[in-house]
Amino acid sequence: MHDELKQAIITYAVRLGDDALILGHRISEWVSHGPFLEEDIAQGNVALDFIGRSRMYYTYAADLTGNDKTEDDFAFLRSEREFQNHLINELPRGDFAYSTARQLMLDVYHSHYLSALMNSKDKTLAAIAAKGVKETRYHLRRSTDWVLRLGDGTEESHQRLQSAVDDIWGYTNELFEHDLLEQNLIKAEIAVDASLFKDQWLAEVSEILTAATLKVPATEWAVRGGREGYHTENLGHLLTELQHVHRCYPNSQW
Amino acid sequence: MQRIPAMRQEQYERELFRRNSQCLDLWNILDEVKDPEIPVLSLWDMGVLRDVQREDDRITVTITPTYSGCPAMDVMREDIEIALRENGIVNYSVETQLSPAWTTDWMTDKGREQLRDYGIAAPNDALEQSGRETPENGVRCPRCGSVDTHRVSEFASTACKALFQCDDCFEPFDYFKKL
Repeated sequence: MHDELKQAIITYAVRLGDDALILGHRISEWVSHGPFLEEDIAQGNVALDFIGRSRMYYTYAADLTGNDKTEDDFAFLRSEREFQNHLINELPRGDFAYSTARQLMLDVYHSHYLSALMNSKDKTLAAIAAKGVKETRYHLRRSTDWVLRLGDGTEESHQRLQSAVDDIWGYTNELFEHDLLEQNLIKAEIAVDASLFKDQWLAEVSEILTAATLKVPATEWAVRGGREGYHTENLGHLLTELQHVHRCYPNSQW
Repeated sequence: MQRIPAMRQEQYERELFRRNSQCLDLWNILDEVKDPEIPVLSLWDMGVLRDVQREDDRITVTITPTYSGCPAMDVMREDIEIALRENGIVNYSVETQLSPAWTTDWMTDKGREQLRDYGIAAPNDALEQSGRETPENGVRCPRCGSVDTHRVSEFASTACKALFQCDDCFEPFDYFKKL
């Protein structure tokens, strides 16, 4: 493998790992705060799926990097500016409607993204996607059920979910944009070109929102920068908590 | 026409693969390694154990993860290492293979029977065998055998299970999701 291509794949794998880790951490914040026991357990399970996925991406990046790097180096020993996750993942957990709205948008996104990544010329990325795509099916069922239940529920649940959808909407744009590094990997048939399924994503999300009696927001604003390492203020706080133990006790194992 | 119960294709292929292996002794050693969350089920019966190879005196064990976030995977790996060491094997490695992705189709019939005895409905115990991992009802109760059951939650004590309740004996039970 050319060195340049290898470096690009490492960066790409780390980015996908960042997306999964940060979202997984956000979902895990619901554990012990769920509306009822079964839902609490569901949140924990879904969070684990994402954190597990991030471990596979990071481990692959570590293997390609060599020099005894491990998944922990990527998760625990990088600073805010070195993380390259899409911003939507780091937004605070908010109320239950807010987390539900984000999850729906991302689950629909992942269902397309991972299906496409399964066809990557990179065999490891394709294998990680093949595992993730199965899990995404029940993630999406769950978030769809919740959106219908809250959107078409009480006046308050409807209103909370609508304002959550409105608040998050502008963060979805960057999910479908690619910088030069990803464009080159798309040409090499390694990375996924998300712009190809943007219309389909919009159609599917709109259908669910409409069925839940919610309004699909008009695209009037967009926030971007995650892939370049420019973040909202939320990521720093999240990393402080996520990395605290590891940074206090370097290299400890249990 | 009478239907003769036959071994499922996936299981037949796994059994054949194992039978033709050059290191049957090692497979037998690893039969002692159980799933830490479901201690009646061996890694072989679970379908997690994929391959064992001996090259000179180097042993390579290949396992495949069940769910991406399954916390039991790390323990399984450690337990394999402990079992090998207890049998005097020091030169080994445990590799993780992602592709092809694990499926409950690899679970052996013996494993499914052990699950039921343990109180967990097995992946093929659903009345309706659709593409969905978890039906809304009709999973056979491992306690009383009734199919008059309903799903309480798609998520249960671990990622691989869903929570059901029997409407005949009223006992709640776990269902090992079809994946």
